[in-house]
Amino acid sequence: MDPLSTLWETFFDWDSMREALPEMLTVGLPNTLILAVSAALLGSVLGMLLAIAGISRTRWLRWPARVYTDVFRGLPAAATILLIGVGLAPLGMQVWGPNPYPLGVLALSLIAAAYIGEIFRSGIQSVEAAQLEGARALGFSWGEAMRLVIVPQGVRRVLPAWVNQLIALIKDSSLVYFLGLVASQRELFRIGQDYAATTGNESALLLAGLFYLALTVPLTHAVNWIDRRLRQGRSVAVAPDDADDAGLALAGETGLPTTGRRDPR
Amino acid sequence: MSTTATTATSVSLAVRDVHLAFGAHQVLRGADLDVARGGTTCVIGPSGSGKSTLLRTINRLIEPDRGDVLLDGRSVLRDDPDALRQRIGMVFQQFNLFPHMTVLRNITLALRKLKKLSEDEAVQVARAQLELVGLAAKADARPAHLSGGQQQRVAIARALALRPQVMLFDEATSALDPELVKGVLAVMADLSAAGMTMVVVTHEMGFAREVADTVAFIDRGVVLEAGEPAAVFETPEHPRLRRFLSQVL
Repeated sequence: MDPLSTLWETFFDWDSMREALPEMLTVGLPNTLILAVSAALLGSVLGMLLAIAGISRTRWLRWPARVYTDVFRGLPAAATILLIGVGLAPLGMQVWGPNPYPLGVLALSLIAAAYIGEIFRSGIQSVEAAQLEGARALGFSWGEAMRLVIVPQGVRRVLPAWVNQLIALIKDSSLVYFLGLVASQRELFRIGQDYAATTGNESALLLAGLFYLALTVPLTHAVNWIDRRLRQGRSVAVAPDDADDAGLALAGETGLPTTGRRDPR
Repeated sequence: MSTTATTATSVSLAVRDVHLAFGAHQVLRGADLDVARGGTTCVIGPSGSGKSTLLRTINRLIEPDRGDVLLDGRSVLRDDPDALRQRIGMVFQQFNLFPHMTVLRNITLALRKLKKLSEDEAVQVARAQLELVGLAAKADARPAHLSGGQQQRVAIARALALRPQVMLFDEATSALDPELVKGVLAVMADLSAAGMTMVVVTHEMGFAREVADTVAFIDRGVVLEAGEPAAVFETPEHPRLRRFLSQVL
């Protein structure tokens, strides 16, 4: 057989793909989504706590948040997943039995929290101090002002970075295969790999790759779309129609204070 | 445009010997200020003189190092600052509206969360307040889609919706294009005429002359001269006030 058709069959053996497809759809895809989405949710909650702790005036909150972030951002994801998945297995055994799946979610969440915490923190810190002062002047406590006024604005500004983190999570969810999942818990990568091992070609793995791309590429474009929207605001720029008051303010929806001048673009 | 309906029972305000330092920088060095019940005091002075800082010690956005702030003769320094600020409305140079909320929501937020009004009640109060500043039609717009003058009127409506006993204005028209200043000053003049106790930090000498019953000149953290506008503007005594007036008038 000539090398080109060997190469072709290694990657594009339709029969291997067809064989793997049903399990990819019914087992792999749901598991990848469950792992990524639940880690994104838990990671975002933890990340918000880290962000708030990170900007706290109390060093006993700021410091642990800093150390946590450094450690979990600094370790390779594979190492963290193994350390938590294997290291906490005895503990997990007592809580939910011999199931590595929750520990996989936990490990992914803890990693994601470190990144998402930094994303949220930078967003929150980018909100002008005047916003906090405005809220405090109305009588809101610091906590209320953060929750109702500052955090919602800060999070909006970093939505693109947050979605990027979701993309990273979808990819990193493949790493939980280290933890030895049972057949029904396998995610896309593991199923692709298993079929690749039995069929002797990489086509099933390529199919798994296509599934990942089908998830991540639209998200990448969603990031760009959100980013553009946040930058430009909604397409309508309403001209004030009051006769007494004919100025224009074009700050878009990015929360920048406007003094009635046009922003340079 | 009348703002009469917004006035709650007004109080007198006194600032006594307030000192404040930011590190080594002494910003206020014994500032005094008096506003009669329902009166309007305009605070004028060069930039960096401590005008805005003085204003922020009144509602305790900044806590003074020394001195006292009295409402109707009673010190507010031991009150809960958050509760105090619900009694003292404040309007800022940069409006400080919440850009991620509609105009209406900007006003209803504190009504719902702090005054515990129901959604319907809050909306009703907010719409009435917007009506008074001539912006009822903008209730559903985002602040960024309003002109600076309109944003500032929304900010005034937002403060008034909480029925404050005192209103503080921190250079409320300084960030506005010249043609937008008049509308905002008109709202402030109406409010003053309606009997709101007000402290107005301003560079608008015409407004100070016509609307204020007291003008206070502050320089280097001390109120050097205070009195009726005619006296302050026509027969200034302190040399630094004379120099200041010769520069701005």
